[in-house]
Amino acid sequence: MLAKRIIPCLDIKNGRTVKGVNFVDLRDAGDPVELAEIYSAEGADELVFLDISATEERRKTLVNIVRSVAEKINIPFTVGGGISSVEDVDILLNNGADKVSINSSAVKNPQLINDLAQKFGSQCVVVAIDAKQIDGQWIVHLVGGKVPTELNLFDWAVEVAERGAGEILFTSMDNDGTKNGFANEALAKLSELVNIPIIASGGAGNIQHFVDSFKEGKADAALAASVFHFKEIEIKALKQELRNNNIEVRI
Amino acid sequence: MKIVIINYGAGNIQSIMFAIERLGFKAVLSNNPVEIKSADKVIFPGVGEASSAMTKLRESGLDSLIPQLKQPVLGICLGMQLMCNKTEEGNTKGLGIFNVDVLKFSNNVKVPQMGWNQIYDLKTDLFKDISENEFMYLVHSFYAPNCAESIATTNYDVEYASALQKDNFYGTQFHPEKSGDVGEKILGNFLKM
Repeated sequence: MLAKRIIPCLDIKNGRTVKGVNFVDLRDAGDPVELAEIYSAEGADELVFLDISATEERRKTLVNIVRSVAEKINIPFTVGGGISSVEDVDILLNNGADKVSINSSAVKNPQLINDLAQKFGSQCVVVAIDAKQIDGQWIVHLVGGKVPTELNLFDWAVEVAERGAGEILFTSMDNDGTKNGFANEALAKLSELVNIPIIASGGAGNIQHFVDSFKEGKADAALAASVFHFKEIEIKALKQELRNNNIEVRI
Repeated sequence: MKIVIINYGAGNIQSIMFAIERLGFKAVLSNNPVEIKSADKVIFPGVGEASSAMTKLRESGLDSLIPQLKQPVLGICLGMQLMCNKTEEGNTKGLGIFNVDVLKFSNNVKVPQMGWNQIYDLKTDLFKDISENEFMYLVHSFYAPNCAESIATTNYDVEYASALQKDNFYGTQFHPEKSGDVGEKILGNFLKM
């Protein structure tokens, strides 16, 4: 059976991982490549690198990281942050990234999804959607949840799938950072609405939350950052517990 | 040992290059028929869409070269699918090495299949010292049905061939270069043939 995936997310700023990481055995806690190797060895199924730097050299720095990660690890990884053109994607894929994740640029220019799917195939196009509830409606937000759009989460999800996205990374801004669990109701609705894989993001605080995201939220994969970085949850233990709950995982 | 990765502008080749380097070998990228013919091992990668990939192969004459190769050849993902008779993707005629037609997954499952799934009923030295039911990384919307040339089976929607073999030709639907240490071992097995 196809396994549910566990995906640690690493934020990158100016070539370094940010958000405190709590690995005692790390030589350099800010080195994305070393962290990637550790997560890969611990049983992560995939990695996501999110570039949050805003400098002019960002692209060059990111390409270097992508190359070094691809050189070292043998599991798939996705790169996101500031990607807005076919050329951006071409460079990242050519240097060893498996997928790219686009967010704001897809909202501003939805045709980009079609262009990327056509040129590189849907399998490498992840559309990230940040949304939160306003008056009971799930509204898509940009800039890390700060700027609301006119788009409804579910309408937008259907549109991106039709345009050729291979996967949706849904972050609930209502849940993100709370450690109270994923937005399972919205996740389950998304999963029924579109026929492409859904990655759950935002709200992971304990192992049960992951169980719930798969059972109630019907997610295909679950992504988290701080619970892994601070070693509050170890991937091996998490996967064992998922298996105990009859959820298929790769161990 | 000379390893050539066929370069026809189809997708992410860098990961395969790096995986081969991790195994202690070097590979060269080439679309030159003389260089491809003289290789000890040939890898035929492929990511993307079938009909445009076949068009690129035809333009460079690689469509007639590949089926004539005598050394071990490994098609990966779309590369494997293009080695079949034909594929439903873009109604594309393939290279006809494997006698099977590639079909699209039904809507009973999410398409593409994306992630890690198990391989079993393993045959040939490609899977030497590989246990049954190991997880491999797969990303695909089309599949080769189980057939006489299957050397690995996977279950998604239906039981299908996740690897094929005929004579010196091998194909894997999964990405050995992205399937952890076990995947790397399978790639190593191929390079040892």
